[in-house]
Amino acid sequence: VNGDGTSGARGQHVGVLALVVAVATAWAGIGLLLAGEPIRYIVDGRRSGYTYLSEENQRLQDDDFANPGLLWVEKGQELWRQAEGATGGSCMSCHGDATESMRGVRTRYPRFDSRRGKLINLEQQINRCRAEHMQAGPYSDESEALLALTAFVGFQSRGMPINVSIDGPAQPFFEAGRAFFFRRRGQLDLACLHCHDQYAGQRLRGDVISQGQINGFPIYRLTWQTLGSAHRMFAWCNTSVRAEPYASGSEEYVNLELYLAWRGRGLPVETPAIRR
Amino acid sequence: MITPRIRIPKKAKKGEVIEIKTLISHPMETGHRRDVGGQLIPRHIIHTFTCSYNGAEVFRADWHPAVAANPYLSFYTLATESGRLRFEWVDDDGSVYMAEAEITVE
Repeated sequence: VNGDGTSGARGQHVGVLALVVAVATAWAGIGLLLAGEPIRYIVDGRRSGYTYLSEENQRLQDDDFANPGLLWVEKGQELWRQAEGATGGSCMSCHGDATESMRGVRTRYPRFDSRRGKLINLEQQINRCRAEHMQAGPYSDESEALLALTAFVGFQSRGMPINVSIDGPAQPFFEAGRAFFFRRRGQLDLACLHCHDQYAGQRLRGDVISQGQINGFPIYRLTWQTLGSAHRMFAWCNTSVRAEPYASGSEEYVNLELYLAWRGRGLPVETPAIRR
Repeated sequence: MITPRIRIPKKAKKGEVIEIKTLISHPMETGHRRDVGGQLIPRHIIHTFTCSYNGAEVFRADWHPAVAANPYLSFYTLATESGRLRFEWVDDDGSVYMAEAEITVE
């Protein structure tokens, strides 16, 4: 088509190159977002839970139709517009178009909140907005509505790298979260560290232990057959080592959430991810 | 909140085999699980799915307690004429969830 008679040959070269790139990227743990932008699931040795999934489950996550987590994102979109509370406002009344106003928000949470004097995570921020600006009651932890709205807000940052702030006033809470990660607990006397750092990638009975990264939350967990928050997962993990779990939204878990977000810094937001 | 999702091609050639994808949010409670108090959680599933194409049934499935929550189903049919596909999920509690989609056949 170029008129110099080389277009066919060049086309072939491009084809071969594209194939080589596709094979190389698949091997390096790089996938493709539906928009066509490359997503890096491995950043400096930090591996998203995505890389531990079977090919079938990776495809399930990548398909915006089949991924059941998108059911919650859709519900969240309705809730975003729904007026509630004494002021008659909705999320949209203040924040407008979520695709713009909420873009990147998920990458920065949890963050230090000066009024509370401690950390605040995305779920708590949603409930605070409801209380202060809508004068509506809070959604309860792990409720369908809170999961849906958190998933919807998180979805707007999909593909963007996790980038939380851990210095300044957030630092003592970050240190507390780190201490939680390293502390042995439960009848099995295990810390998060033992499985998700020292033995990550090895097998635990029929399963491969992941690094315990939280970049995909809320996740659609196949074991639960529903969407769940990072705190529900922490509680599940704590129970598995036969320790008494903390409550969703507890300070211990929000601190841990900040430490884990930092530990997975640079990993892409995958909300709503599929996990086993 | 039960929300069905449907994906079919908007256009198809006459005689073409088209893939239809469906997903619906539903707990699909098996009836075999017990709650923390030891009480049996009553069965609550979608037991029948049907798809009709301009009024004629082209696909039907009976579902049982082993089907996962939020069931995803994909199947194929022949594009015969332009018109409307109608999907129905029948719940144990008697509810019927419905969805429709249009297709143009050239």
